[in-house]
Amino acid sequence: MSAPSPESAGLTDTHRAFAETCRRFARERIAPHVVEWEEAGSFPRSLYTEAAEAGILGVSFPEAYGGGGGDLLHSMLSVETLLEGGSSGLVASLGSLGIALPPIMALGTEEQKQRFVPKVLSGEHIAALAITEPGAGSDVAGVKTRAVRDGDHYRLSGAKLFITSGVRADLVTVLARTGEDAHGGLTFFVVERGTPGFSASRALNKTGWWASDTAELSFDDVKVPLDQRLGEEGSGFLAIMQSFQAERLSLAFYGHATAEIVLADAIAYAKERQAFGRPLTGFQVTRHKLAEMATKTRVAKAFNWELARRVAAGEYLVTEVSMAKNFAAQVAQEVCYEAVQIFGGMGYMRETRVERFARDARLLPIGGGTTEIMNEIIAKQLGL
Amino acid sequence: MKILVAIKRVADPDNANKVKPTADKVDTTGLEWKPNPFDEYALETALRLTENGKNNKVRQGEVVVVTIGNKDTETQLRSALATGADRAIRVEAEDTDLDGRLVAAALKSVVDAEKPDLVLLGKQVVDGDSNSVGQMLAQLLDYPMATFAATIQEEADGRLLVGREVDGGVLSLRLTTPAIITVDLRVVAPTSVYSKHTDAGFKYSDGVRFAALPAIMKAKKKPLDVKALADLAPGKTNGSSYFRFEAPPARAAGVKVPDVATLVNKLATEAKAL
Repeated sequence: MSAPSPESAGLTDTHRAFAETCRRFARERIAPHVVEWEEAGSFPRSLYTEAAEAGILGVSFPEAYGGGGGDLLHSMLSVETLLEGGSSGLVASLGSLGIALPPIMALGTEEQKQRFVPKVLSGEHIAALAITEPGAGSDVAGVKTRAVRDGDHYRLSGAKLFITSGVRADLVTVLARTGEDAHGGLTFFVVERGTPGFSASRALNKTGWWASDTAELSFDDVKVPLDQRLGEEGSGFLAIMQSFQAERLSLAFYGHATAEIVLADAIAYAKERQAFGRPLTGFQVTRHKLAEMATKTRVAKAFNWELARRVAAGEYLVTEVSMAKNFAAQVAQEVCYEAVQIFGGMGYMRETRVERFARDARLLPIGGGTTEIMNEIIAKQLGL
Repeated sequence: MKILVAIKRVADPDNANKVKPTADKVDTTGLEWKPNPFDEYALETALRLTENGKNNKVRQGEVVVVTIGNKDTETQLRSALATGADRAIRVEAEDTDLDGRLVAAALKSVVDAEKPDLVLLGKQVVDGDSNSVGQMLAQLLDYPMATFAATIQEEADGRLLVGREVDGGVLSLRLTTPAIITVDLRVVAPTSVYSKHTDAGFKYSDGVRFAALPAIMKAKKKPLDVKALADLAPGKTNGSSYFRFEAPPARAAGVKVPDVATLVNKLATEAKAL
């Protein structure tokens, strides 16, 4: 177990023990298969049940629903440590319940929670969150998927895009329009696999995140029973805003954790690789490059952990979390770029981890709200 | 069945390069600690022997873990409790003040007090690699013993059928309890260990089980007793101590040879290997 660092101040022994569980899971159950799974663009479904048995899946959900009873810090630790397995896409797909279940937990009735949540937390079912559409991303006011009340059910029509775990999902938490008000007319529904009219129309090919299943979903006059509506009509927007905060903080953690991993790989390679009769670290230009990479990584990590602790304590920090996501995403870009540069030709080869992380990291300034959207949020708080 | 499992923490083999090469003894400053892997396998074995594999949350018997070490080693005991052990015992001592003989004597007193049906240990500890404590303990207790166990099956009458991989085959031993078994790495394969409660053909996940968060939380409340070494091994002192530690010599650079003939010539004349 590593010595306490400023970032991890405030973590208890139980946090550290949990991190050790995750680290071992990444080393034993993910890392040995990662190249195969990345190239195949998928990983076995059984990994969900394995992660559930190990108590990693849904660690921050209540024990009453089969979760681990942990807090936000546990789920952030799971992101940091599982990435050491070498695949961002796998971590995202395995963790898609982390964005799919919160609307059910926040808006659902006890009956709905008992019906949908335990099977996901046991790894039996895969859950996905569907907000983004061909014509609407972070600007949720543009959501066009429509749910029209028809007696004891709704009829749902529309399309959703870039849905993590979409192809394999057994249940999808879908945001749809039930009213004309831009924000007040949005409502969440749970749609189950196999419902007539609902299908994953396309598995999408991506720059990175290869092991992640990413889909386009199609809803063609799908009949959704009333008891699969979450909360009252129009209650969707507030739930999105709350889940955005956790999702963005989590992506900020992907940022510094990615940087930390490729930095370690780059240092190891630079010590080993010989050029002109000495290791790369024998050149000041390499040493200084690594020093700058380390500095940026550490700053991003420290800021992310500070925010995680404050959010876990109940603060709502939309501006700071937006800053953290932008900063860590940028750090990941820069550190991955330089790591590939240090690796040279090997850094362009699919057999190295830095190559994969460099592709994977390109998602970070885009997913969960682009850098530009984050900047708009920050600017608004500055009164601009 | 009541099982006592002895565990020891070791410096994380992944960070072994932090060991300073010129010290009189191994300098442990800054090292990270982990349970000895073979002891983790012994614990996994104990858990498998005290459960129905299909419902591994319910213990059919009791698993007690014991370590001999300073206060910091309680981390490894808590981790064993989180993995499923019921109780823990720590015998206060510094590792540098111990040898296998002293450890075996202390464990004998723990066995006398606890009266387990089975004592499980790793076949050896990966730091000192002495591979002696299990054997000495069996001698002190006059218990039947099986070392390097790869498979263990509990039979209906409570006897234990142990498979040991030896050169050219598998040696099977049938032990009457109370007994001592030291385990090898294959004991954590999916079909290596069966209690009498587990269906034949049941498959475990390969390796050692993980500690989930609720179990980590509960482990904080499980009993952990601390005992004094002097009470368990009265009048006994450390009989052997390390006085020098040397790192292996750095490997010299190799040479490239143009063809096989030169290689054979060099092997014959320079390396004198032919």
